[in-house]
Amino acid sequence: MILRNFLAVLAACLSLSMPVGAQTDDTRAATGGAQTLEDILARQRGEVVDDSAMRAATGDPDSAAGIAEQLGTLGGASDPDLWRALRYGSADITVSSRSPAAGVIIQDGGMEWLQFREGPLAHYGGYALLGMIAVLVLFYLIRGKIRIDGGPSGQTILRFNAVERFGHWLMAGSFIVLAVTGLVMIFGRLALIPLLGKEVYAPIANVGKWSHNNLAWAFMAGLVIVIVVWVADNFPNKHDLKWLAKGGGLFSKGVHPPAKKFNAGQKIIFWSVVVLGVSISASGLSLLFPFELPMFAKTFVILNATGLPQLFGFGELPTVLGPHQEMQLAQAWHGIVAFVFMAIIIAHIYLGSVGMEGAFDAVGTGEVDVQWAKEHHALWYEETRGAASPDVPAEPAE
Amino acid sequence: MKVMFAAFLSAIVIAVAADLALHRAGFSSEEVTAGPSVRLD
Repeated sequence: MILRNFLAVLAACLSLSMPVGAQTDDTRAATGGAQTLEDILARQRGEVVDDSAMRAATGDPDSAAGIAEQLGTLGGASDPDLWRALRYGSADITVSSRSPAAGVIIQDGGMEWLQFREGPLAHYGGYALLGMIAVLVLFYLIRGKIRIDGGPSGQTILRFNAVERFGHWLMAGSFIVLAVTGLVMIFGRLALIPLLGKEVYAPIANVGKWSHNNLAWAFMAGLVIVIVVWVADNFPNKHDLKWLAKGGGLFSKGVHPPAKKFNAGQKIIFWSVVVLGVSISASGLSLLFPFELPMFAKTFVILNATGLPQLFGFGELPTVLGPHQEMQLAQAWHGIVAFVFMAIIIAHIYLGSVGMEGAFDAVGTGEVDVQWAKEHHALWYEETRGAASPDVPAEPAE
Repeated sequence: MKVMFAAFLSAIVIAVAADLALHRAGFSSEEVTAGPSVRLD
């Protein structure tokens, strides 16, 4: 620690005492294009270092010495020239492995990816999940379980048919396993191995990886079913704003803003599941078939065209990415989306189970209490009742 | 609740079927990444 502090102070002093541009040009010329002290210090400060001189310094076969002369067998490229060509991916590589990325001998994105994965991703992701749980516990302590205000009527009405419930549970069941196994993977080295030991963790990770890879297909199938059966009922309508304005009646007893089959809150959950589900499936497929489905270079081209990255100060995103960079970005994005997804679904699980009386029945048996339907989905209840009994005129919605 | 358990069972069936199908279709790590000059067993 003392050494690190000392070096930091030294670096700061040096960086203050050196006129950066002039020094870099002079020292670069002095080193024949090799990296300079200023380059090293700039890298330590986390700045982008111009490495074009090193990228280009990979030897000159045209000026190679004759094969019988001294160093002639090197073909005009010194050993450092060769290593630079490998380092920057410009060497002519022939490999016997069939792996699509086998020709990449050196890549340095791994360290950055690992630091992101074990640093901000794991920490902020963990805080997001714990934060959501804390908010829900607080909500439960203040509001308690949301009861059926009029009391259960004892009569039921079909809310979700078998196909709807099947799609929901196919996706939900696989999602829970995917979430747990994903957490086991990301927190393995950080928390579980220190806690359980490698011998206990290894089989858990092995089963987790198999489950994660293969249940992904069930999740995607469930996602397709859910989108098909529910998308028509999830388009926004005029009642959603009123519902949102009253907080859905979640924060006060006896307040029940009318809603159709899905209220605004459920629509937010639905569209979150669609967007996050499709995105996590895309990055997941990229990870399932390593190096075969690179998506980020193409995505960055589209994003650059929208001008959004430039608007938010990220500048032009790189549109040429190596195979490992694609995988690292796919994993990082998969993790980010997963944590957001899990945080939202924890809230959904809470409201669909312990948080609200009668809610679970909708996806449990499919039959909900009539009083629950009147209170939480009054417009849908009237429509359904009207359709079931055409002779009985439906009551006005509001 | 029958539908819920049927969906869970289906998820397991899909997972096993996906694993078998992908292996048979040549998508195992060995098949994808190893060459004839690599001995794995």
